[in-house]
Amino acid sequence: MIRFENVTKVYDATSRPALDSVSLEVDRSEFVFLVGASGSGKSTFIRLVLKEDSASRGAVYVAGQNVANIPSWRVPRLRRGIGVVFQDFRLLPNKTVFANVAFAMQVIGKSRAVIRETVPEVLKTVGLEGKNNRMPHELSGGEQQRVAIARAIVNRPGILLADEPTGNLDPTTSMGIMKVLDRINSNGTTVVMATHDDDIVNTMRKRVVELRNGAVVRDDAQGIYIGETEAVAE
Amino acid sequence: MRLAFILSEIGSGLRRNLSMVISVILVTFISLTFVGAAGLLQLQINQMKGYWYDRVQVAVFLCVENSTSPSCAAGPVTEEQRDTIRGMLESEAFTPYVASVEYESQDEALGHFKDQFANSPIVDSVTADQLPESFRVNLVDPEKYEVINEAFSSLPGVDVVSDQRELLEKVFSVMNRASLGALLVAGVMTVCAILLIATTIRLSAFSRRRETGIMRLVGASKAVIQLPFILEGVIAAVVGALLASGALWGMSRFVIGGWLAREYPETAFISDQQVLLLVPALILLGALLAGVSSLLTLRRYVKV
Repeated sequence: MIRFENVTKVYDATSRPALDSVSLEVDRSEFVFLVGASGSGKSTFIRLVLKEDSASRGAVYVAGQNVANIPSWRVPRLRRGIGVVFQDFRLLPNKTVFANVAFAMQVIGKSRAVIRETVPEVLKTVGLEGKNNRMPHELSGGEQQRVAIARAIVNRPGILLADEPTGNLDPTTSMGIMKVLDRINSNGTTVVMATHDDDIVNTMRKRVVELRNGAVVRDDAQGIYIGETEAVAE
Repeated sequence: MRLAFILSEIGSGLRRNLSMVISVILVTFISLTFVGAAGLLQLQINQMKGYWYDRVQVAVFLCVENSTSPSCAAGPVTEEQRDTIRGMLESEAFTPYVASVEYESQDEALGHFKDQFANSPIVDSVTADQLPESFRVNLVDPEKYEVINEAFSSLPGVDVVSDQRELLEKVFSVMNRASLGALLVAGVMTVCAILLIATTIRLSAFSRRRETGIMRLVGASKAVIQLPFILEGVIAAVVGALLASGALWGMSRFVIGGWLAREYPETAFISDQQVLLLVPALILLGALLAGVSSLLTLRRYVKV
């Protein structure tokens, strides 16, 4: 589903590359944790998949297509196939829960009937039944992140990218979010989650890819989070 | 659905930026009013040219008792001289230039003079023998006045050959300068309008950066993201253009139609209908102005 071939990303010629010759393959329906300290290249990985940036060297394939060959007017189509969730939720503060999720469907031209049918369904999937008309500020952090997840998956993307989705949440709430992501993954969506939450990684027992200074240093099929002590020692 | 969505985005954008939108409307209103005023002046000039060029004549004035030009040294024009002049004007050599010739006697000249200065006390003191008799020549091509002037001005019995067109040209040149001035003001105001539209779009883009960021992430097309901004500017500019059209129409109806036309009934003025011809041009100009300037701004400030 996602394949990196010797990908190097240099933002600024004088400093070290954000990603340094990374090769990585994520299969369809896989759940992958991307771990590593801040600045290890996790966010750059996500930006390259979304074609927010392009690789300096090497090739990035998403759903079998080299993103470098996608013309700029086709990029929206690429992004429709990818859902994204961030640490800071990024909800629209003046729209209700329903409207926030519906927004993602409106802007790509879905009909009102389809929206009315799909949005409650998706809100149920993320565990927000009956909160359609709440405003974001009336929700807890965990609930806000669920809204963000609902918005990310409402157009049924094949890939869900999550950039530290539990970074602002307490451990109990975080586990709830992980259950939601796990459920979405078991429905066939490929999930790539960047995190440095060791508890979560250790509990989930999924594939772990560790990045350090832009390079892949570990790729365990059912890994645990062990990078922390080494990173501190460094 | 997408259309409804874009429309609601435009609506919220216009409400959020109301004061800026109003200033865009006013600036385009003023600038397009000046563009339109220049247009009106040009229309008026054309109208007057069309009207007067058919009527202007070259007048060959004949000598009277107190004429001072050298060709009148022998005193007032004689019967014989008058016949020679008429003969020449009607001869084959001049048929390519002369469309028609009319003779105006001193009595007729006095009649015209009295009509023209009906309200002036000078009329009572003028007598027929003070006014020159003349041949009124309509030219085939009004530009060929020089031919007549050269052939007749030094002929014995001819006082002076005068071209009425020269007078008109002076009027037209004043009007042309006025319309040039209006265009200059319009140019400056248009620069203002473009800059103001760009600033407005920038503000609007900034206040909606959260929405556009999310739109990008969920794969909204460039058109859906940018169109609301562009249309916001275009709508404001078109409203300005409509106001300008209204102002010009009012000007032509009440100032030209209601006042000037009454004061100067013998002058051909443009009508309200002709002003309406300017309306589509102004609207198109306003829309183009806003569209281009917002497109250029968006390329810098809204990432797609």
